[in-house]
Amino acid sequence: MSQIIIYTIITLVAIGSAAAIILYFVAQKFKVYEDPRIDEVEEVLPAANCGGCGFPGCRNFAETLVKTESWEDLFCPVGGNETMAEAAGILGREAIEQAPRVAVVRCNGTPEFRPRVTLYDGAPTCAIAHSLYAGEGGCPHGCLGCGDCVVVCNFDAIHMDPITELPVVIDDKCTACGACVDACPRHIIELRKKNKKDRKIYVSCINEEKGGPAKKNCSVACIGCSKCFKVCPYEAITMENNKAFIDSDKCKLCRKCVVECPTDAILEIHFPPRKEKTEPAEAEVSE
Amino acid sequence: MHPPEHKLSSGLAIEELPLPDVVVIPVSQHLGAPAKVLVNRGDQVKIGQLIAQSEGFVSTNIHSSVSGKVLKVDQFLDSSGYKKMAVQIQVEGEVWEENIDRTDDLVRNTVLKSEAIRKKILEAGIVGLGGATFPSHVKLMVPKGKTAEYVIINGVECEPYLTADHALMIERTEEVFAGIQVLMKGLGVDKAIVGIENNKPDAIQKMKQIAQGSQMQVQVQGLKVKYPQGGEKQLVQALLKREVPSGGLPIDVGVVVFNVGTALAAYEAVNKNRPLIDRVVTVTGKSLKKPSNFLVRIGTPVSYLVEKAGGLPGDTAKVVNGGPMMGKALSTLDVPVVKGSSGILLISEDEARRKELLPCIRCTKCVTVCPMGLEPYLMMTLSERSLFERMEGEKVMDCIECGSCSYTCPSSRPLLDYIRLGKAQVGKIMRARKAV
Repeated sequence: MSQIIIYTIITLVAIGSAAAIILYFVAQKFKVYEDPRIDEVEEVLPAANCGGCGFPGCRNFAETLVKTESWEDLFCPVGGNETMAEAAGILGREAIEQAPRVAVVRCNGTPEFRPRVTLYDGAPTCAIAHSLYAGEGGCPHGCLGCGDCVVVCNFDAIHMDPITELPVVIDDKCTACGACVDACPRHIIELRKKNKKDRKIYVSCINEEKGGPAKKNCSVACIGCSKCFKVCPYEAITMENNKAFIDSDKCKLCRKCVVECPTDAILEIHFPPRKEKTEPAEAEVSE
Repeated sequence: MHPPEHKLSSGLAIEELPLPDVVVIPVSQHLGAPAKVLVNRGDQVKIGQLIAQSEGFVSTNIHSSVSGKVLKVDQFLDSSGYKKMAVQIQVEGEVWEENIDRTDDLVRNTVLKSEAIRKKILEAGIVGLGGATFPSHVKLMVPKGKTAEYVIINGVECEPYLTADHALMIERTEEVFAGIQVLMKGLGVDKAIVGIENNKPDAIQKMKQIAQGSQMQVQVQGLKVKYPQGGEKQLVQALLKREVPSGGLPIDVGVVVFNVGTALAAYEAVNKNRPLIDRVVTVTGKSLKKPSNFLVRIGTPVSYLVEKAGGLPGDTAKVVNGGPMMGKALSTLDVPVVKGSSGILLISEDEARRKELLPCIRCTKCVTVCPMGLEPYLMMTLSERSLFERMEGEKVMDCIECGSCSYTCPSSRPLLDYIRLGKAQVGKIMRARKAV
């Protein structure tokens, strides 16, 4: 009886050691060297795997960070400057700072301003509605309200407002990963510089039609009148395709353009209420 | 598949509509590149005058359908739901281009050679009038290494409600035949088959009668009624038992298919020098007072057609440009009739709404009805998840968008909508690949 046990043990030990020796040599032969720093860098990344950096996942981004010489176009929008500095610290190099950004929905076509003239009951996605027609409000550039941007958001930062029928971005949750920007078939959402106290000034319209047709569908459409362009002291506003665009990197939040706009297409968000100063500017508008 | 036919305007005579006050003629009424506008604001134009020229190989000419003054060359809303470049003309009198033969004399024999026929067809702006609006001169050009053996004339009209082709076959049989001859000569083939579904016995009889009287080898074939037999690949299969290969065209099996309306337009273009400026449009709907087949000038507003057919019924909830299966809802009636408009269908409130979207129950009804042998349920899922490369592998580009899958789905899933989205994306991917 004990003999069988002894033989068994000897045989198994022999097989085990033989396999170990073979495996040892095989492991030597097919050894893949992986930079241990990749793991360290991956550790500090947010592990959201959102793709905001342009890579399929955080691991991929970590690899690229370790291997690439120039970090010119590499940035983790979710982790921000802090994460990038940490990663740079591990690799003993300098991080390139980028201003934090936030997604901004550039359409203000609520049912009040842009009355719905048709009813869409097709497949509930913006991509399909966009391929079919101009939308319930008739504006060929405005928000379709089916919420493709809400579906793609990994951070629960966008929801549809049932009253305005427009998406709302929660600034604190938004990581500027850009998923909604790509999902919107009309390119309404833009990543803009995040300012102090989440203050924002932007043209809330991307309609490229001429003034008349644009205004016909939506009372708060940008009509391309160039009034804001003329008043801007910082050259932050450009006029193109019958619409104004405010460059968030150049804008100094002076609010001069807001009062100029005859259609209230420029919005100011999270600012304290204005003082009486605005009176003369409004008189100018009504002329 | 056998959707209910509802051919309300069947057997009704074609009625020529009086001219509207203003027409809007889009410069992109065909598949391919939009034509280049030749006229300016304030110009006087005649009926049949060239107002926009073909740009590129797959493109065609656009002619004025009325005489009068050009009011505007601008962006106008068309049946695509978006604003596109178009020419707006104020109608003044009826002045025709001199070289158009407007008599009713039947010109049977075509003296022109195939090259000249092709040129005439391009000049006259003829496109496939079945609805796809593919420029006809391109179809007449047989690619190298392939030979055309048959011309197939599509008189199937399998879309429910529509009767425009039916009316043409009964009323203008002789001219359609002369058109078939023109197309046969243009392609250099000596055999033609006309396919007509058995729900139009009068058309079959009349066409057969004329076919027997002529020396041409034209065979008229009755077909069992089923949808979508009017698709050209399905028709080739039904008539000749030849299967068009995946990604291919009927010419790959030696066939070129034209619609009945296209044959008539080809006749008018080649033998009568008359460009494509009007077409027959069925205006129909269950609560419409007077369903009709109208001969309408291109550019006439849809609202004018509806008015002439007895006005918009109060219960209308949806107006569809085309038939109920493949047509597309219009967002406004202020859009013009174009070369591809085969019908205007008014749908009442209780029929217009889509039913509640339910989960797929894997019944595979959509797979059974798909005439191209695709798997619509799978396509929809792939499209929802943006897996467009896989869709390409599943041969989404073979889809003819007949809508059978959406029609048959017991869960009312918008299969075709998602497949169309996928097709558009796959098309983009393929073009990008080609460009590299």
